[in-house]
Amino acid sequence: MTISLSSYPPQQIAALGAAYDAAVARKRLRFAAGLSVFVVLLIIAGLGAEVAPKAFIDKIGNFVGYFDRILNLDSGSRVWTDPAEWFWGWQKWLKLLAETLLLSYVGTTIGAVSAFCLNFFAATNLSPHPALRFVVRRLMEFCRTVPSIVFALIFVIAFGLGPMAGVLAIAIHSIGALGKLYSEQAENIDMKPLEGVRSTGASWASSIRFAVLPQVMPGFASYTLLRFEINVREASVMGFVGAGGIGQELVVAVRKFFYSDVSAILLMIIVTVFIIDICTGWLRGRLFGTGQRA
Amino acid sequence: MTPATRDPSELLARYPGLFRASHHGRLKALAIGLGAFALFLFGCWYLEFSLARLITGLKQLGWFIKLMIPPDPGTSFPTYLVAMGETLSIAFLGTLLAATLALPVSLLAARNIIPSVFLRFPVRRFLDSIRGVDTLIWALVWINVVGLGPFAGVLAIATSDFGAFGKLFSEAIEGADRKQVEGIRAAGGGKLHEIRFGLMPQVLPVLAGQILYFIESNTRSATIIGIVGAGGIGLQLAEQIRVLEWQKVSTLILMILVAVAAIDFISTRLRFAIIGRARDVRH
Repeated sequence: MTISLSSYPPQQIAALGAAYDAAVARKRLRFAAGLSVFVVLLIIAGLGAEVAPKAFIDKIGNFVGYFDRILNLDSGSRVWTDPAEWFWGWQKWLKLLAETLLLSYVGTTIGAVSAFCLNFFAATNLSPHPALRFVVRRLMEFCRTVPSIVFALIFVIAFGLGPMAGVLAIAIHSIGALGKLYSEQAENIDMKPLEGVRSTGASWASSIRFAVLPQVMPGFASYTLLRFEINVREASVMGFVGAGGIGQELVVAVRKFFYSDVSAILLMIIVTVFIIDICTGWLRGRLFGTGQRA
Repeated sequence: MTPATRDPSELLARYPGLFRASHHGRLKALAIGLGAFALFLFGCWYLEFSLARLITGLKQLGWFIKLMIPPDPGTSFPTYLVAMGETLSIAFLGTLLAATLALPVSLLAARNIIPSVFLRFPVRRFLDSIRGVDTLIWALVWINVVGLGPFAGVLAIATSDFGAFGKLFSEAIEGADRKQVEGIRAAGGGKLHEIRFGLMPQVLPVLAGQILYFIESNTRSATIIGIVGAGGIGLQLAEQIRVLEWQKVSTLILMILVAVAAIDFISTRLRFAIIGRARDVRH
């Protein structure tokens, strides 16, 4: 049996080859141009951020050394040989962790409720008036772009030191972040139920209640749980500026070189974040079935 | 198909569950709602909320806002611009460093590359624990290692993003199509060839999109790590807030807003150019 291969005549192959080479050359040229822009940016950024490779290499030992030190007790033995000494302040720290969790819970709740009230005014398909939509959207953008710790810094001065400033900072940031996600969710609904409810003469509020809410609630709940996870992490650093939670203890331990305390508090934070992640993941799975991770 | 009955009361009798939520379900929803509300009230009490404090605080806040207008940098505008440049550099370098380091590790965490759960599990938990620690905490740690300054900020952002990228990249790799990889294997390619020619062309655009998105969000993070002394505009901001120079504070906040909006704009354009409008990577 012979196999016959059909082929183009040589002139045509040469022309196609040339066209291919030209196309590849253009692609390579574009890639090279992009790469050179990238390298220039990299160098500028390196100078701007005072990157010091030599200092880094000289001091990278400190990084390992730091972790070595935080895993040593004052007596010089490893931390895990004496857990009672390592976690000497566990009662105080657990209380602060509970405060951190409550802080993020209250902050998330206030943020979610406010975002819930605002988002329908920001969604293109539901907003009663374009001007109102514009104002609400800009407000949310502002809340989202200014980092929560900056709000915390200002609130600490206005409301005094303590967790209240942290709660309000987290709440405001959550309004911005959740408001955007909520309104995107509301923009993606099926408009037919809304038309149906409207055609019965329902008011704006009741058409939202009976046509929009049933469609968006699962998505809203899922986003809120995710936000709670993020807020737990943020709440753990609110104490850096005096806005409550475990951060205060951590920053004191780091600054005063209480090495074993640093590792103990860090470990407690990591474990808490793990537990919260697992719980919210489980809750999301129960509420909406698996694979619906927003 | 059964013909639809015209009498609603008959339907009601046949499918009571469709017309009225069950008592059990209602009670459960009510209990959850009440529980959540009670926890909220308890939280407010425990965290020392009080109406009096709220009112005085709001009054103070209103006074601050009045003092903030109009924004006025005084003579320190050039300093602020330099600090802003520092912030952008930190975000850019930190993200890139994290992405470079995370790519090989994410391969180890992907199910279709490392089938063994015993190897994959520790890598994943390691990435998770890095992610569980906030950027500001990493900044504190790195300041102890390389000293105060923006370089500590770059390393802090790189560390916390390393965890996030490792997870996102490995998910992108797991979502890749098997067929290309099998094609390479059929043509006699080794394991590394499979990754280079089968996987990378599929996942690189997705990864590039994610990196761009992170540069955007890291611009925000980089504005605050200065608060603990790791360089950038946050240092100026924290200082001006502490000395109550409200006009300078509002200038700095305005600069942050403008910078974030600009980066947002650029990276959205680039992202769409890379992956096309239809597939936004923001999950």
